[in-house]
Amino acid sequence: MFKGPVENKNEAAMSELVPEPRQKPVVPMKPMGINASLLGYIGIDTIIEQMRKKTMKTGFDFNIMVVGQSGLGKSTLVNTLFKSQVSRKSSGWNREEKIPKTVEIKAIGHVIEEGGVKMKLTVIDTPGFGDQINNENCWEPIEKYINEQYEKFLKEEVNIARKKRIPDTRVHCCLYFISPTGHSLRPLDLEFMKHLSKVVNIIPVIAKADTMTLEEKTEFKQRVRKELEVNGIEFYPQKEFDEDLEDKTENDKIRESMPFAVVGSDKEYQVNGKRVLGRKTPWGIIEVENLSHCEFALLRDFVIRTHLQDLKEVTHNIHYETYRAKRLNDNGGLPPMTVETEENHESNL
Amino acid sequence: MSLISKNVQMNDDLRNLSLSGHVGFDSLPDQLVNKSTSQGFCFNILCVGETGIGKSTLMDTLFNTKFESEPATHNEPGVRLKARSYELQESNVRLKLTIVDTVGFGDQINKDDSYKPIVEYIDAQFEAYLQEELKIKRSLFNYHDTRIHACLYFIAPTGHSLKSLDLVTMKKLDSKVNIIPIIAKADTIAKNELHKFKSKIMSELVSNGVQIYQFPTDEETVAEINATMSVHLPFAVVGSTEEVKIGNKMAKARQYPWGVVQVENENHCDFVKLREMLIRVNMEDLREQTHTRHYELYRRCKLEEMGFKDTDPDSKPFSLQETYEAKRNEFLGELQKKEDEMRQMFVMRVKEKEAELKEAEKDLHEKFDHLKRTHQEEKKKVEDKKKELEEELNNFQKKKAAAQLLQSQAQQAGSQQTKKDKDKKNFFFM
Repeated sequence: MFKGPVENKNEAAMSELVPEPRQKPVVPMKPMGINASLLGYIGIDTIIEQMRKKTMKTGFDFNIMVVGQSGLGKSTLVNTLFKSQVSRKSSGWNREEKIPKTVEIKAIGHVIEEGGVKMKLTVIDTPGFGDQINNENCWEPIEKYINEQYEKFLKEEVNIARKKRIPDTRVHCCLYFISPTGHSLRPLDLEFMKHLSKVVNIIPVIAKADTMTLEEKTEFKQRVRKELEVNGIEFYPQKEFDEDLEDKTENDKIRESMPFAVVGSDKEYQVNGKRVLGRKTPWGIIEVENLSHCEFALLRDFVIRTHLQDLKEVTHNIHYETYRAKRLNDNGGLPPMTVETEENHESNL
Repeated sequence: MSLISKNVQMNDDLRNLSLSGHVGFDSLPDQLVNKSTSQGFCFNILCVGETGIGKSTLMDTLFNTKFESEPATHNEPGVRLKARSYELQESNVRLKLTIVDTVGFGDQINKDDSYKPIVEYIDAQFEAYLQEELKIKRSLFNYHDTRIHACLYFIAPTGHSLKSLDLVTMKKLDSKVNIIPIIAKADTIAKNELHKFKSKIMSELVSNGVQIYQFPTDEETVAEINATMSVHLPFAVVGSTEEVKIGNKMAKARQYPWGVVQVENENHCDFVKLREMLIRVNMEDLREQTHTRHYELYRRCKLEEMGFKDTDPDSKPFSLQETYEAKRNEFLGELQKKEDEMRQMFVMRVKEKEAELKEAEKDLHEKFDHLKRTHQEEKKKVEDKKKELEEELNNFQKKKAAAQLLQSQAQQAGSQQTKKDKDKKNFFFM
């Protein structure tokens, strides 16, 4: 009854992202779909409450990666987003600490709680990206890290006795910091995004946006969007995954205003009697959460308040599935063996 | 576990951070629920019980609607499972409900195999899900889940104890599905008998090691209500879709000459408790248990059956991939062997055929030679005969010529010696 791996190869011919038609359930009789009208309250809608309670008990995982050249304000922005000291800032760095020679991947996990919801947040920092003189292939360690997380998940999923809840270390969101030159994207930016938009959700962000005026900002954003389009780079939310008209209109609006021009800060100042997060300059205080000053609030609402679950779902249902299909196909239906298990293999033959 | 390259650092101890303001991820459960709501939920109930015990009526009563179904006959040759799907909607929640009925259960004279179609059906649903999960290109997020989430086992209201068919069937099903036993047609049992009946049933289940569904008590909000409800297991239910006027309201009830049994009255039967437990409190938990316990068990058994193990005899972690690879090689080897066998057979057959053909050819040649010889002999004979005949002809011609010559000579000398001729003639004729 179980078809061997050999036969699945034929399915590889189909395009990758076309979802398979629903498998006909193996039942003795075909079920007929009938719309039955209800004559009274049953209580089916309580399932929402039941589900909510269950998910709150298990908690959530969220893994966010920040990529950009050093000094663009990545750590500050993440701290501002999650209103806590999530990453130790580079200004805490003393001058003696060298810039890493290759791209390093630093993943730091925290548990934060709000309103009864517990979240295990992991921030993955990539110091050294784009800082060398020769930056060729500096995205490779990042791509490798992302694929390794997929591999880890796949291994767990393929086990016979599986864990009840497989720990999710896959990167759900990658914030890419664009330097606010005001001109256009750098070749490094394009290369990185071209390679990685296929494996992870990329959200491009214009860093240190307080160096640009409003007109410069709009022009720059337009140019960046144009360039991304011309190069075929699909950033999150990807057009092809819009499920229905409602999603499409909502996401279109967001896509039109991306990349968000943000300013980050974890210092508070008194403005008009309120304490706000901001940056103090001789010519005024830039309020981080003020929409007329910068688009930080839009980014925060987008990533955390409306699309957090969707980011995770796109990662799980699309990027991870693409990775899995590729892995299983490449090996004729099985994930390939890693270095560790190869010795076992030899001993068994 | 170090799949991570040397440049990666991860901290294993997680810091608990405190937030200095409202971040907003407390909307996460809502985001999750919204997603599920737009996709719709699946819930599949299996009703196991004898014909005529009130399964369809109870389903109608539970879901407050008339699912069309004709009552089954008692003449079924075996147990059949009939599945019907319905789409129900309440506020913004869409539910794809599938009700599976066992038709003909308990009707046969020989009920040995009654449980088998049921177990097969449940396994088939697990198998379908497993197949989808093992595919290379799969779409689990919009897969229509047909696995049975709850099994309502209808116990006949004899008032004594469980029938052996019930025990056997429940024992076979308890590791595959969440069993909720209920006493059907409970209005035929008096209050005091009911209490004894219930305790008898529960003790029988325990002593036979049947694992029925345990209402979860680990979460504070539901622990209390689940604990109080569990005491009343198995629920004694009455089903009815007919409405009777009670006081000034219409209520679902059964009208008897001696009174009216109200379905939703907790003093009369446990219907409300069943509805509460099944739908309003534990529907999600039933679904989760099916997926995390029963399905995982099935999957583990199935994969082990196929020869996959997690650890080899030396208990070094064995990956699925290796066994897979070994199996695949085995399979390919067998394939190769079969191919070789077939090829050999083919070659042998060809040789045989060739030999046959050669024989036939030889025969043919012989025949041909034989024929040729015969033909030649005939030819010779014919020629000999021809020669003879020619000789004879020649002789005859010679004779004829000679005779003619004589005749002509005689004619020449005849005119002078006609007498002589006559005499000669006479002489000749003498």
